[in-house]
Amino acid sequence: MIQGILHYEFLQNAFLTGMLIGILAPLLGVFIVVRRLSLIADALSHVTLAGIAASLLLERYVAALTGLNPLYMGMVFSVGGALFIEKLRGVYKHYQELAIPIILSGGIGLGVIFISLAKGFNTDLFSYLFGSVSAVSRTDLWVILVISIAVVLAVVLLYKELFLLSFDEEYAKASGIAAKSIHFIFIILVALVIAASMRIVGILLVSSLMTLPVAASIRIAKGFRQAIVLSVIFGEASVLGGLSLAYYVDLAPGGTIVMLSVLILILAIFYKKILVNKA
Amino acid sequence: MQSIIDIKQLSYRYEKDVVLENINLSVEKGAFLAIVGPNGSGKSTLLKLVLGLLKLQKGEIYLFGQEINKFKNWDKIGYVSQKANSFNTGFPATVYEVVASGLTKKLGLLSFFKKEHSEKVLASLDAVGMKKFKDRNIGELSGGQQQRVFIARALVSEPELLILDEPTVGVDAENIKAFYEMLDVLNKNKAITLVMVTHDIGTVSDKVSHVACLNKHLHFHGLTNEFEQMRMEDLSSFYGHDVQMLTHHHEHGGM
Repeated sequence: MIQGILHYEFLQNAFLTGMLIGILAPLLGVFIVVRRLSLIADALSHVTLAGIAASLLLERYVAALTGLNPLYMGMVFSVGGALFIEKLRGVYKHYQELAIPIILSGGIGLGVIFISLAKGFNTDLFSYLFGSVSAVSRTDLWVILVISIAVVLAVVLLYKELFLLSFDEEYAKASGIAAKSIHFIFIILVALVIAASMRIVGILLVSSLMTLPVAASIRIAKGFRQAIVLSVIFGEASVLGGLSLAYYVDLAPGGTIVMLSVLILILAIFYKKILVNKA
Repeated sequence: MQSIIDIKQLSYRYEKDVVLENINLSVEKGAFLAIVGPNGSGKSTLLKLVLGLLKLQKGEIYLFGQEINKFKNWDKIGYVSQKANSFNTGFPATVYEVVASGLTKKLGLLSFFKKEHSEKVLASLDAVGMKKFKDRNIGELSGGQQQRVFIARALVSEPELLILDEPTVGVDAENIKAFYEMLDVLNKNKAITLVMVTHDIGTVSDKVSHVACLNKHLHFHGLTNEFEQMRMEDLSSFYGHDVQMLTHHHEHGGM
């Protein structure tokens, strides 16, 4: 495989992008899970699908847009969906989780309409649903690299604030922290990472990379920093392990990655049980 | 004496329901004020207004002599909420991390924890007797221990005023007394002004310096011993609202 990576650009793109996503998705996922917003990733990935469908549709009818990377339109839709969720959470103060199914079904609805308008797409769309490693281009890699730098920088610089907001929002507001702006930045980053991840694991599986490694880590982590570090390690192990396994055994990479993170989750649960029994 | 909190002609309503009407209240430096009142009497609303969590509708609030809308030194005020409301017990954070988060505002944006901050965190854990639990996850502690950690979090930024909203909810009976003794020590030895909303005025009355009875209006505000004297006569009329509700329930039961 090392030989393959050295020789083929598409393999380099896939592995490097996978490594970046393996860091980003669990890193943001920790904050999402502890705030009980796990489903937000699902909602936004479906909105991303609508964006990609829109991009593929436009490409057909507007000559100037031929060859436009659908990733961009996916990101625009994802960020738009994130902003809309925030707006809805404000409208339904007592039913904040309602925002998620509204956006999720809205995203699918819109996506289906675009697909039907285009009278069906080629296999391209399928690769967005389940991920397609060979479809990762060099441009994708650069875009994701830029997003990665932005996300890591933001999390490092705003760590204190993000921690406090996630742990105790009321206290954060009472102590005068700019809760709204920080949450706003965070949700935009989430939207970008979701759009970026779908090349590797696909729209239907994106949320798993944000939640499964975190679910495993919070079973065994002592403290928040450790939860973050473990989540990233588990995420990275799933992505790299999944991609390698998929390469050798010729399996669908997205599915292999997700099943590996399920396996890690099960091991974490057992590990915790053994620890508890010992004590 | 310097007034830490000054409330003038404060009224507040949620849509049509008036919850606070024409409240005048001032808290002096070094006081330990207990705010008591039946459920729905506007106690928590009053605290939220003072903390800037709710927008002022009518009246004025001054904090440390400054109008609340212009007030910037929020790190002078520590806040301990009703724990049951505001945090997720499965949260993967150590006691140390929770207390350190109390420094967030004081440190400001784009700054990092340094060694001196770590000393502050340990000192405030020590002040509430929780230092030996620093590496435990917060969810593993009992209600009373968690509440001590939240006090430590409020103390770490070295506030001059500590506001507590029913801090003993979820604390078991035998630990409540020790909890109030700890507050007493903070008030006397560290000269922290305390404002606390509470239900158990019986337990706390020998520790607090002032009592305020709230039920939409401020019915009484004064020294604790004055409160003790008027208590027997007026308490029943003060809680009249609750008594009526009980009768109402009874009628329903009989039907």
